[in-house]
Amino acid sequence: MTERGGIGPSRAWKSGPLRAASRLRKWIEAFRPCATRGLKPTDTPFARRGAKAPLFHGVTRFAAILELLLLAAFVPADAQVTFERLANSAKEPQNWMTYSGDYAGKRFSALDQINTSTAHSMVAKWVYQTGATGKLETTPLVVDGIMYATAQDDRAFALDARTGRPIWMYQRQVPSDIRPCCGRVNRGLAILGDKVFMGTLDAHVIALDAKTGAVVWDVTAADYRTGHSFTVAPLAVKGLIVIGVSGGEYGVRGFIDAYDADTGKRKWRFYTVPGPGEPGHDSWEGDSWKVGGAPAWNTGTYDPITNQIFWPTGNPAPSNRGEGRAGDNLYSNSLLALNADTGKMNWYFQFTRHDEHDWDATQVPVMIDAGSKHLIAQANRNGFFYVLDRTTGKLISANAYGKTTWSDTKDTEGRPVAKKEASPTLEGHTVCPGALGTTNFMAPTYSPQTGLFYVTARDQCDIFSTAPQPYEAGHAYYGSAYFPSEEARPYLGFLKAIDPATGEIKWKFEHTSPTWSGVLSTAGGLVFTGDAEGDFIAFDAASGKPLWHFQMGGAVYAAPMAFAVDRKEYVAIAAGSAVYAFGLP
Amino acid sequence: MFRRLSIGLLGRSCIGFAGCLFLGVAVNAAQGQNPFAGDAKAAKAGEYEFRINCALCHGLGARGGGRGPDLTRAVKKHTHSDADMFQVISNGIPGTAMPANGTNGQGVGMTDEEVWQIITYIRSQEVKAPANAAGNAAHGKDLFYGDANCSLCHMVEGKGGRLGPELTSVGGSRTREAIVDSVRNPSRRLAWGLTESTKEFPQEYESVAVVTADGKEIKGVTLNEDSFSVQIMDANEKIHLLEKAKLRSFQKSRQSAMPKYGADVLSDKDLADIVAYLVSVGAK
Repeated sequence: MTERGGIGPSRAWKSGPLRAASRLRKWIEAFRPCATRGLKPTDTPFARRGAKAPLFHGVTRFAAILELLLLAAFVPADAQVTFERLANSAKEPQNWMTYSGDYAGKRFSALDQINTSTAHSMVAKWVYQTGATGKLETTPLVVDGIMYATAQDDRAFALDARTGRPIWMYQRQVPSDIRPCCGRVNRGLAILGDKVFMGTLDAHVIALDAKTGAVVWDVTAADYRTGHSFTVAPLAVKGLIVIGVSGGEYGVRGFIDAYDADTGKRKWRFYTVPGPGEPGHDSWEGDSWKVGGAPAWNTGTYDPITNQIFWPTGNPAPSNRGEGRAGDNLYSNSLLALNADTGKMNWYFQFTRHDEHDWDATQVPVMIDAGSKHLIAQANRNGFFYVLDRTTGKLISANAYGKTTWSDTKDTEGRPVAKKEASPTLEGHTVCPGALGTTNFMAPTYSPQTGLFYVTARDQCDIFSTAPQPYEAGHAYYGSAYFPSEEARPYLGFLKAIDPATGEIKWKFEHTSPTWSGVLSTAGGLVFTGDAEGDFIAFDAASGKPLWHFQMGGAVYAAPMAFAVDRKEYVAIAAGSAVYAFGLP
Repeated sequence: MFRRLSIGLLGRSCIGFAGCLFLGVAVNAAQGQNPFAGDAKAAKAGEYEFRINCALCHGLGARGGGRGPDLTRAVKKHTHSDADMFQVISNGIPGTAMPANGTNGQGVGMTDEEVWQIITYIRSQEVKAPANAAGNAAHGKDLFYGDANCSLCHMVEGKGGRLGPELTSVGGSRTREAIVDSVRNPSRRLAWGLTESTKEFPQEYESVAVVTADGKEIKGVTLNEDSFSVQIMDANEKIHLLEKAKLRSFQKSRQSAMPKYGADVLSDKDLADIVAYLVSVGAK
């Protein structure tokens, strides 16, 4: 499947005609103006734009056309996304090559054409209708002018990023009896080499040819009939595709996997619930570890300096009933630091011990460097904003950034500790935040320009009431019921700007109702987010003042990203059933 | 698990017409009768399942919530037999907020067994016809359109006002207690207005007061709203489409635009008659 028409990259460099092509290319290079010599499609469009003018002159034009033909036919390897490119993503701000835009998880774009002075004039550039229904949670990738994104029911597609016109589409035949807890959603792709990678609702990991969408490999990670699925955007690290499983609502035993990007062979698996004999196993009562949950359904981050992957985990199962699983239930609701090559754990930090409120800690952990301090920050679903030392995993601070009633004390390490009376009861009682959390999967952003961390937050309390439920393979396993607490109405939704140094809320914007949109910050001094009413909004990152908005006609469950093609900056987001791209007129 | 798998296999083997016919009959027979009818243990299991999967809309104890009908009344709008109920729970009701909950539905699928347990639970909660008969529906109708002034703002069967929620079906989906409470304490729980399919929260009948740039005051209820615009209906049923940035002031309140009907204004007996009228219409 890889080698359509015999031009696959692995063969390309070996075959005779291609060596000839490569020689020819060198010859062509000799005729080109110095400024364009050695430029490849991977170079910035800004540079390519500079190369455009000579296209209209004699020999150069002939040579350029020849080269274009050769590039198109024989040299796909030039367009490959190498690990080095991913690790140095700051050098090509026109591209958005990972879920969070960089390995640090900042979701910050260094593009500044759209800025506090120009944002007011933004217009919609194109709309791509996916035809999918339900919640569109994808963050698109853009590499060298092509956008790659996903939609519900395991669709993937590639678009011309200038126009939104599709280049290829992939639709998986998803079995009818899959078990996605919370919608048939997908949050995006990873890209490496000449392939894009997707986790599927039936718990497969697949690689698609980035040029055609053809399936290159397809491996089964787990049995979907026991409640395993993938909704997460994988993370490409070195030659590996790292991905975490969903299924905390079905009593799966969570894991994080790494697959060889070339072959699909699994290189390592880290079980987020330790088995017998492993450290942490005694944090589970009896056999409860076997169905302990701790899924890993949101994309982690990676530190190339220390070669550590930081991956967050979700709730223990059953999600809202602690009876039967006495103990801390490691490594549920934790941040794990794993060696990228081996999957061995260096350290962990558990945010919510023995969780009974469904407070998955699966929010993107964002690497922040403050002077000599190497930190990692997470706005947690339990309502606290945590800052850790990412070398040691030691807690530095934990401050509430929303309405919380479950904890009023901290342990000696400074970690918020749950009040006994916060546990769900048979009759039910109100706890804040509710099960949906102060935040959830919506991606946050950190702007190095303002030094602020921006996150979507919600003030909603729930009545938590137990409803004992036996474990049955492949069946929902909550162990409780929760309802929005009427006393706390109306439920409020915010965009909050947090100073990570102090935990102080620098500004907040109140939405009409809570939103599930992620947030993007840019070097243009802007923050972008969407809302449940369908508006896409640009804010002044320093003050929180809305500068521009556009009504997209569908609620937002996705996070925005930015890219540039032909020296033009775009900001894109999925809403309703469509992907929108905005830019300057 | 095994049961579901075997159904799947049967489905795939359903090739010839006769085979399909056989399968259809077998499935209908299996779904037509509640294997747990009257089983107290199954009802208890069903109670927990109900809490997890149904109570969000239908309320604890199946007595109706903010959006789902009270299921304790013996006469239900969409379901009569256990088989009807099985179909409705499994497949949902098109055009309503009731989703499909069977194993082929989106989200957490319930097994056939669990659906039957829930039906067993609902049957165990059913209250037969109320002991103190309903009240005088004819008198209630007179009050609704007359002295009680309900119809100034509420429409029933195409007649009445537009400022408040349309009430034709409310008697079929809310308990008498819920209707009484919303007349006595209109602000306790605002009614839901516009519901958009991809939006988590529907619009509510919130009261709003604005002053426009030229100093004009407008009071009414919000038909819809986002961060930048608001659509308002005033007491004269005039629709105002406004940009928030251009308003001199914008104030929203969860104090219902509906006046509170205390017992001094509307006696318990008269209110019971109005409720009887709404129930009689809702039962149609």
